[in-house]
Amino acid sequence: MAKNIFEPTYDSIDAQLINLLQEGFPICESPYQQVANQLGLSENAVLTRLQALLDDGVISRFGPLYHAERMGGALTLAAIEVPQEQFEQVTEMVNAFPQVAHNYARNHQLNMWFVLATETQQELEQTLIEIESQTGLRVFNMPKLNEYFVGLKLEA
Amino acid sequence: MDFNDIDLLIMRATQAGLPLVAEPYQQLSEQLNLPVDIIMARLREMQNSGVIRRIGAVPNHYRLGYVFNGMSVWNVPDAQIDALGQQVGKLPFVSHCYHRPRHLPNWHYNLFAMVHGRTQDEVNTQIEQIAQVLGDYNRGHEVLYSTKILKKTGFRSGRNAKAT
Repeated sequence: MAKNIFEPTYDSIDAQLINLLQEGFPICESPYQQVANQLGLSENAVLTRLQALLDDGVISRFGPLYHAERMGGALTLAAIEVPQEQFEQVTEMVNAFPQVAHNYARNHQLNMWFVLATETQQELEQTLIEIESQTGLRVFNMPKLNEYFVGLKLEA
Repeated sequence: MDFNDIDLLIMRATQAGLPLVAEPYQQLSEQLNLPVDIIMARLREMQNSGVIRRIGAVPNHYRLGYVFNGMSVWNVPDAQIDALGQQVGKLPFVSHCYHRPRHLPNWHYNLFAMVHGRTQDEVNTQIEQIAQVLGDYNRGHEVLYSTKILKKTGFRSGRNAKAT
């Protein structure tokens, strides 16, 4: 069995804060004070710790998470089988599209997986066509047909 | 109520995050020149209607030690996928669970479930648990691990915030 060798760069109070802030955040006059009360900290300590966690990259974002489609936007997941010798070049081409929000290399024949976020469905389809024509490679479009669950709390 | 112009202003002002000050909604109010009560009411309404999934922190998986982030993909019968997807989505370690189209003959999988673990063993156990839920409906699966982040920007200056 592989041992868990993870050594956090944050302390146990940070861990509590990260866990609590993944549950949600109050909408009231002094929300950080409310969080502070729950953890037995001062408001200032919460703000300082949160800022440090963001600066350090332990937390990548703090605020409202918007649901793109409900705002009229469009999203999809797409994959390409990129020949190894072209991988770097295709990465540059795909990443150059501002509509590409995330792009990951994955260990599969379909070895490039990216998320497109656009203002409209039409822009989404147009972008897919442009990526195909620039790269000369087939893009497998895998939009969600149904969503069963989104959201996760990763225990810090 | 629909997503309106005020919501759009609020979204643009918060897509990079909430202000880290004692009264963040008051700061937004001053920034947008809108009453704080309206800001808070619209945020609540957007949360209730699902335009905002939640307000909170998004941790960097890797920095919390979750270095094994697998996209598990499953081939299940279309007739059963909704019921199966609901069950898989309820597993506590699944962060995203979707029905996506097949592309035959290249791609057979229609059910996607993202899993996260600090060790390979942990993820292997999670995959076994999903397989148990699917039982005989599992007609094949694979787990794709990310080997490199090629791009991760999140949000744009346009209408779309970082959204999932």
